[in-house]
Amino acid sequence: MAEPKIRIRGLYVRYKDGKEALKGVDFDIIKNTVTVAFGPAGGGKSSMVRVLNRLIDIADAEEIRGEILMDGKNLLDEDVNVVELRRRIGVVFSRPIPLPLTVAGNIRFGPEVAGEKDEQKLEEIVEQALKEAVLWDEVYDRLDDPAYSLSGGQQQRLCLARMLALQPEVIVLDEPTSALDPVSTTKIEEFLEKAKERYTILLVPHNQQQAARMADYAGFFLQGRMIEYGTGEQIFLNPKKKETVDYVAGRFG
Amino acid sequence: MEKRSERIVTSTIRIAGSSSILFLMLIFIFLLREGLPTIGEVPLERLAGERWYPIEDLYGILPLISGSLIVTVFSILIALPLGVGTAIYIGEIAPQSVKEVLKPMVEILAGIPSVVLGFIGILVLSPFLRRAFDLATGLTALSGAILLALISIPTIASITEDALYAVPSSYRYAAYALGATQWQTIWGVAIPAARRGILTAVMLGIGRSLGETMAVMMVTGNAPTIFSGLGSFTAPVRTMTATIASEMGEVATGSIHYHVLFFIGILLFIFSLIINITSSTSTERPREEKAQVVS
Amino acid sequence: MNSLFEIGKRRRLVNRNTAQEIGFWGIRLITLFTVLPILGIVVYIVIKGSPAISLEFLTQMPRDGMRAGGILPAITGTFYLMAGTALFSIPLGIAAGIYLAEYATDNAWTRAIRIAIISLAGVPSVVYGLFGLGLFVLFFGFGISILSASLTLSIMTLPVVISTTEEALRSVPYEFRVVGLSLGGTQWQTIRKVILPEAMPGVVTGIILGLERAVGETAPILFTGATFFLPRLPRSPLDATMALPYHIFVISTQVPGMPIQIQYGTVLVLIAFVLGMNLIASIIRSRARARRQW
Repeated sequence: MAEPKIRIRGLYVRYKDGKEALKGVDFDIIKNTVTVAFGPAGGGKSSMVRVLNRLIDIADAEEIRGEILMDGKNLLDEDVNVVELRRRIGVVFSRPIPLPLTVAGNIRFGPEVAGEKDEQKLEEIVEQALKEAVLWDEVYDRLDDPAYSLSGGQQQRLCLARMLALQPEVIVLDEPTSALDPVSTTKIEEFLEKAKERYTILLVPHNQQQAARMADYAGFFLQGRMIEYGTGEQIFLNPKKKETVDYVAGRFG
Repeated sequence: MEKRSERIVTSTIRIAGSSSILFLMLIFIFLLREGLPTIGEVPLERLAGERWYPIEDLYGILPLISGSLIVTVFSILIALPLGVGTAIYIGEIAPQSVKEVLKPMVEILAGIPSVVLGFIGILVLSPFLRRAFDLATGLTALSGAILLALISIPTIASITEDALYAVPSSYRYAAYALGATQWQTIWGVAIPAARRGILTAVMLGIGRSLGETMAVMMVTGNAPTIFSGLGSFTAPVRTMTATIASEMGEVATGSIHYHVLFFIGILLFIFSLIINITSSTSTERPREEKAQVVS
Repeated sequence: MNSLFEIGKRRRLVNRNTAQEIGFWGIRLITLFTVLPILGIVVYIVIKGSPAISLEFLTQMPRDGMRAGGILPAITGTFYLMAGTALFSIPLGIAAGIYLAEYATDNAWTRAIRIAIISLAGVPSVVYGLFGLGLFVLFFGFGISILSASLTLSIMTLPVVISTTEEALRSVPYEFRVVGLSLGGTQWQTIRKVILPEAMPGVVTGIILGLERAVGETAPILFTGATFFLPRLPRSPLDATMALPYHIFVISTQVPGMPIQIQYGTVLVLIAFVLGMNLIASIIRSRARARRQW
């Protein structure tokens, strides 16, 4: 069961302004689990997220080295179909960013640009995605309303749903609940617990408690390096490296 | 299949993006094509002569340049205070309700076609000036200058307003904290900070005035004379633009006259290029300067 | 007991405040000098021109050497020119604006493009007329026609459309592009489905303002398409046409015995046209701002 879906080896990212966000990181994202990357700000976690779906291509990255192996293929290769990749690895950001479309429009966007034209199929996809994101019951009668009319928690689940509509293999969430109230946060965490049966999940948690709650596997990031990696229990109950111990004990944060 | 149509669209967009360079070059090329023969056909001393009388083969363009300059300079003398003053009022002093009426009004002025201003100039302004200053005719440089001022005020006012708006409020608050009145702040802090923008506004206003055709053609009397002291302001003049517009229709294609008119067009083109390029590059630097001052 | 210092201080304060009051009133006066002519001109034209406005005036052909009858050919001519200008400048201008906002990187070529746009915007209208004459009328041989005049006006309108399109696109939050890409959309798909539609009100406003200027211009059409005596309405783009601005110019300067009322009426029609477009643009702008979701 500890089979990695994605193996990251020696990942190095440097931006145009000289900042080295990742200084040679090895990291495994284990299939059908919630793998957590946690640590204080500036650790490089967000950069890692952006490299995974190659969104970093449009950012100010000067140099990217290393390997990201998924199903045997290095995602950093030049001949990778980036558009296709982004459908296989879906990302949810820390702030809900609905597209300025309707609720249904947001969800249809992904399938439509992938080429799906059948109205019937699209409507089914919308319903399925919303149900999976545990949002259907709240918005089924508001599908044609502007997405911005939803509450913050609903918007974030909408962002979840529109990504699920693409049927990704891997779901990456970068502090998905940082802008949400506790109730919405719980809903999303519940979703993740169930979702890992179908998907492989990488979670950058909002705080340490969330990390400890959710992690099946965890890696502690500090200033561009990964200090320690192991199962959730190992890292949070029995950390070995000093920095991990200090962080988990709350001595810095 | 999706990729190919996407590539076509992207290529089209890229080509369209560069089209402005193409058109600018085309304008230059065709102006040169029809205007350069002048150099061969009219000796330079004649071109720089003081008499513009095509019927007698006299193509001295100095009176035309003089006419354009007089009208433009005078119009800026009027438009600068009015434009900047209006911008100060709208930007710094006017209450919100008044602002919401004034800004559309300035936009309306910007939208009035120059031929309409020329029309009013002929029927209303010129007779008025003739009576007021007891002149032989109301079709003078002064009339042209007043109309040009009306035309360039919206440009000057809106750019100045933007420049004033861009002054960081921290500058103003600092002045207020030191006990300055609003008036003192405007003149002591805001305007100096915005001076690059105001300069740009004036330069663009000059550019507009130099390039204006119809309004001046209709009210400046169209007499190609050279500036000869203050009296010239209330005498008829001829601008470069009016010359082209009024004589092109009666000129034989390929004749010397035809080439000279295009040559004047080249001069106008180059003037406007210089004004526009220098004023645009001068707006790029202020931002860094301000940041340094504040920190 | 007020010390001399206190008295002096109060006097200085009073002086500063009076100075401000005087200054403010001076500025108010100056603004009045700007505003009065605007009001005066518009009101005057409305007053003197409305008697001439009637259904016949707007829909009939002129008679008696333009001295009587209607101004239909001038009105339709202006419409044709506006349509022609729109046809050429809108697609090209929007595409160029998209390029600058979404595809161009900051290199020397892009800077050259921007300089070219600024330069095109500053070229005097009569020089555009010369250019149109040289290129379209003579070199391409289109002759003095709606086609030549429209093409000339289009190039003149291009900078406005490009600039406002670029600005409108840039005002759409960057995040939408990131989201679109992360959902598997290509750059163009994201632009087409999300960014451009959101920017549309700004784009449309810019187009209307650009066309508004084109409609009012005389010099570019002087030697490229405008004519005064037209026995019938133009039937093809290669025909010359009458147009409101040129018509106003001729009837106010070159036709003896031209009834003043007709002159003012024609001017009123042009002003109404132009200001009407201005109004539409403003309405679009404020309604878009109200409906914006972000």
